[in-house]
Amino acid sequence: MPAVTETLETVQSVTDSGYKWGFETEIEMEFAPKGLNEDIVRFISRKKDEPAWLLDWRLKAFAIWKKMEEPTWAAVKYPPIDYQDSYYYAAPVQKAKPKSLDEVDPELLKTYAKLGIPLKEQAILAGVEGAGESPADSGRMPIAVDAVFDSVSVATSYKERLAKDGIIFCSISEAVHEHPELVRQYLGSVVPQGDNFYAALNSAVFTDGSFVYIPKGVRCPMELSTYFRINAKSTGQFERTLIIADERSHVSYLEGCTAPMRDENQLHAAVVELVALDDATIKYSTVQNWYPGDAEGRGGIYNFVTKRGACRGARSKISWTQVETGSAITWKYPSCILQGDDSVGEFYSVAITNNRQQADTGTKMFHIGKNTRSTIVSKGISAGKGQNTYRGLVKISPKAHGARNFTQCDSLLIGDQCGAHTVPYIENRCMTAKVEHEATTSRIAEDQLFYCRQRGLNEEEAVGMIVNGFAREVLKELPMEFAVEAQKLLQISLEGSVG
Amino acid sequence: MTAVASTGAAAFLGRYEGLRTRLPGARVAWVEALRNGAAEAFRAQGFPTRRMEAWRYTDLASVAGAVFGEPLTGVEDATEIPAAAGPRAVFIDGRFRPDLSTLDALPYAADSLARVLPTLDGRIGTIARPAEQPMAALNTMLFEDGLVVDVPAGVAGGVLELLSLATDSERAPAYHPRHLVRLGAGASLTLLETAAGPQAARYLHNPVFEIEIAEGARLAHGRLQQEGREGVFLSTVYARVGAGGAYDNFTLNAGARLARNEIHVALTGPKAEAHMNGVQLVGDGQHADTTTTLDHAAPDCSSRQTYKTVLAGRSRGVFQGKIHVHQVAQKTDGYQMNQALLLSPEAEIDSKPQLEIYADDVKCSHGATVGELDADHLFFLRSRGIPEAQAKAILVEAFLTEAVEAVAEEPIRAALTRGVAGWWQRQGVAGGIEEA
Amino acid sequence: MLKIENLHAAVDGKPILNGLSLTIAPGEVHAVMGPNGSGKSTLSYVLAGREGYEVTEGSVSFHGQDLLAMEPEERAVAGMFLAFQAPVELPGVGNANFLRTALNAVRRARGEAEMDAMQFLKLARARMKVLNMPEDMLKRPVNVGFSGGEKKRNEMLQLAMLAPKFAVLDETDSGLDIDALKMVADTVNSLRGPDFSALVITHYQRLLNHIVPDRVHVLSAGRIIKSGGPELAQELEASGYAGVQAAA
Repeated sequence: MPAVTETLETVQSVTDSGYKWGFETEIEMEFAPKGLNEDIVRFISRKKDEPAWLLDWRLKAFAIWKKMEEPTWAAVKYPPIDYQDSYYYAAPVQKAKPKSLDEVDPELLKTYAKLGIPLKEQAILAGVEGAGESPADSGRMPIAVDAVFDSVSVATSYKERLAKDGIIFCSISEAVHEHPELVRQYLGSVVPQGDNFYAALNSAVFTDGSFVYIPKGVRCPMELSTYFRINAKSTGQFERTLIIADERSHVSYLEGCTAPMRDENQLHAAVVELVALDDATIKYSTVQNWYPGDAEGRGGIYNFVTKRGACRGARSKISWTQVETGSAITWKYPSCILQGDDSVGEFYSVAITNNRQQADTGTKMFHIGKNTRSTIVSKGISAGKGQNTYRGLVKISPKAHGARNFTQCDSLLIGDQCGAHTVPYIENRCMTAKVEHEATTSRIAEDQLFYCRQRGLNEEEAVGMIVNGFAREVLKELPMEFAVEAQKLLQISLEGSVG
Repeated sequence: MTAVASTGAAAFLGRYEGLRTRLPGARVAWVEALRNGAAEAFRAQGFPTRRMEAWRYTDLASVAGAVFGEPLTGVEDATEIPAAAGPRAVFIDGRFRPDLSTLDALPYAADSLARVLPTLDGRIGTIARPAEQPMAALNTMLFEDGLVVDVPAGVAGGVLELLSLATDSERAPAYHPRHLVRLGAGASLTLLETAAGPQAARYLHNPVFEIEIAEGARLAHGRLQQEGREGVFLSTVYARVGAGGAYDNFTLNAGARLARNEIHVALTGPKAEAHMNGVQLVGDGQHADTTTTLDHAAPDCSSRQTYKTVLAGRSRGVFQGKIHVHQVAQKTDGYQMNQALLLSPEAEIDSKPQLEIYADDVKCSHGATVGELDADHLFFLRSRGIPEAQAKAILVEAFLTEAVEAVAEEPIRAALTRGVAGWWQRQGVAGGIEEA
Repeated sequence: MLKIENLHAAVDGKPILNGLSLTIAPGEVHAVMGPNGSGKSTLSYVLAGREGYEVTEGSVSFHGQDLLAMEPEERAVAGMFLAFQAPVELPGVGNANFLRTALNAVRRARGEAEMDAMQFLKLARARMKVLNMPEDMLKRPVNVGFSGGEKKRNEMLQLAMLAPKFAVLDETDSGLDIDALKMVADTVNSLRGPDFSALVITHYQRLLNHIVPDRVHVLSAGRIIKSGGPELAQELEASGYAGVQAAA
């Protein structure tokens, strides 16, 4: 996802659907047997050579999951999922664990090159066209990437460079072995095993994901990112990401994802846990571009994700920014638990649904500490037969004196076959707190379209430009390389929705 | 669904079994079918629980766990009611009292439901949706009486008062009046409803309204809920508005220990309008809930809603409001604002405004704010020599003004202004609020 | 050249233009004057192709092409520019981004290379200097929060940047002070040449003191009822529309 170079190959792979990441990599893979049971959980744990405590943790999660029911409260419709009809472990066959990037299977390296993901550390990141306002490419920062391919992390770049500052950036499987005390302390501390149906499932069968620890007082010198790729058929991806920002540290983390085009639906049930201690800041950005399915709603990823950050320390800050363009169904509520006094939570979201995509997304802000503040800006765009729901909770506990929340939810409808819904919950038990919520719904005004077309833009360009303007408040929160990519994605996602 | 066996639900179902042959319309086939259907629905659902999304903030456990009695019949009680200024229908413990009512020489029909029930086939149970709302199911199963108003096309009906009073009975009665209001094309009516009861009386008042407003007709419906502080008021209003018609509802939700003001309005013809405003005054020990749904089911309709909640003492306020714009409802103009003012550290407010939009050429927005009195405003008033308590009273009334002034009908606005005036000062005494 | 013949147009089924004919040769500037409701704005929207303005009869040819058969953006890239009476606000859309996208659409159509951000900024800054526009107007969203005068300046910036073959100025002078009026005139005058023509639609004569037209036409009830040289504008100013309407 970072700084995408459009190679000839990717341009050629643009299909009618406009989804140009839909190719499949042919590579020898190793699978666990299909289905889900205790043996599969043990299989995964054994594959990863995990310590006993983690296996026990997984088995406990599995036991909880078996007793849980799939949630039905979201405004999304899909046929029942057969959890036994899927592979829970799929990994490229590797002779030995690669010691450096040079040893990674060239087929995988090619895949990431094709996706525009720079894995090579020396790679000079290509400039991005179309920035418009700010042409100055002032010394682009390198981006460290952890590449997760189906069930495993296949490469992580800049590890040594980061280690010089004491920063740990590796796959979570590796962290379990190298930093067991940190993993054990924080895993499940923000999203417990029994938090919800998908989080329980993830806790039982998670296969890989990224781990980040920023030591006290360190400002991470580069963007960290994880790129998730689902490749294998009939496979779910269950990754687990854990980011810990110690006192006075600062990190900006990016997440991107794509998958091949297939007729089947594939499940992606991730858990992301963030912990910010005193005066720490975590900025977490996502450009979600899973395969959305075709125009008739066949195929596409079910993206059922639990993301939550705990502002444990005073004056800590967690900021979520998401651009949701992909997936057949999105079920996702990146949240903040504002425990530390004066801590800050932010949620900036653009969600777009076209064709038959459905998104039910939003956030939860739990105000617990004094003078905690939160800001929610949500921009929903519905086109085609898409259904888009903002669902959010702002909860102020009795002791959160002086807490403040401001929420702005705007919906844009393109065409009369789609839907836009807003479901905010405000629960306030503190007299001195102040909560403000505003929501609007509108469509692109005819005079705006005409004005753009009078200046020579065709209808699709005009719509793309107006939609990007609508989403601007959110897009400007993204790191610059991402923002440009996100703008292009919004435009691509709307293809076929006008005219 | 399995039967829900709360004590209260079982008692009501048992009462229905015992009374079914004696309830009004008992030998009328369609009434019997209607009641049986509702009983099935109530048996299946029981009392609402917080697991139901529509009831997540209002807990009826105390109602579901209690057993209420029958209202006594034929009591000549000494309820003192003020002299009627105009046409008035009076209900005591849910039953029509012709002796206290003044419904003579009206240009339209107004009568007791119990009297005219057999003639109401096709008019009752057509707008209400008992299958979705257990309290409406309970009402349909057990209603005994109510007000039936029929304003013919073109008739200006003026003001009609509907007074529902509870008596001070040891029996903790429950009553479920069913009120039907129908306005013909171009007709108009101002219905001013008051529900009240003795402060210490325990009772359940569970009225359901079915309101039909034909093309170009206008109904102004003012509601003053001033039940006694031990009473439970659970009311559901269903209204359907035809082309060019208008429904104005204003509810003052001030009394009762537990009050739910649930309103469902469907705009079914082009250019229909709804104006819904309300004030909730929630004092120590009270729970007040306003829940509205506005269905825009036709093009070119507009809706305006402003709700204000003020909370004092240990209290809880709830506002839930959904605007649903159907695909046909192009050019909808929908607006909703709800605001809450917390005057006590023990007060709690839950707010859930909601938009559900399936048409693209629409203008819909909602807003919500929650907070305490503005410290700057308070300081300003005090710096001009106004004592703190009085300054607070001024600011509370100012907060409520927007909702009260949205009421176009003078009789309703006047009644409302009286209801609101001085509420805050009374809290200082009754609610044990600390005053400077 | 622009050739309008017997143009009839209706809005919401109501006839507004009723047989308007007008020919503007390359290099010429014409003015159309008329009272409120005479069809001035309708004419500008019909030329630009706005939805809802239904042509019921007649034809318009623009450099040999059937203008009425073209989409709005096709007309734009063919060189037809409309300066809006009420420029539209585009929240969140940066002015620079908008202008560069438009410029490159026009340049593509002309077979010219697209401009990169640097070239574009250089050109835009130069033009803005001439128009006396502060540079931060490039960063602000298109017309959002602009004053009336700033919006008109922004229209002139677009005109100057896109350098069309033909410009329609739809009451661009309304509500402008004398300095802004001169800015509008300077922009149009700087474009004047053998390959540029313009139609200046106005209510008043004062803009025409600065943009001296080759021909002046009086529009009434959707038709041109009188045409003449620049002196016709003076005459109208002195005697009002009523006199001309009565004489016609």
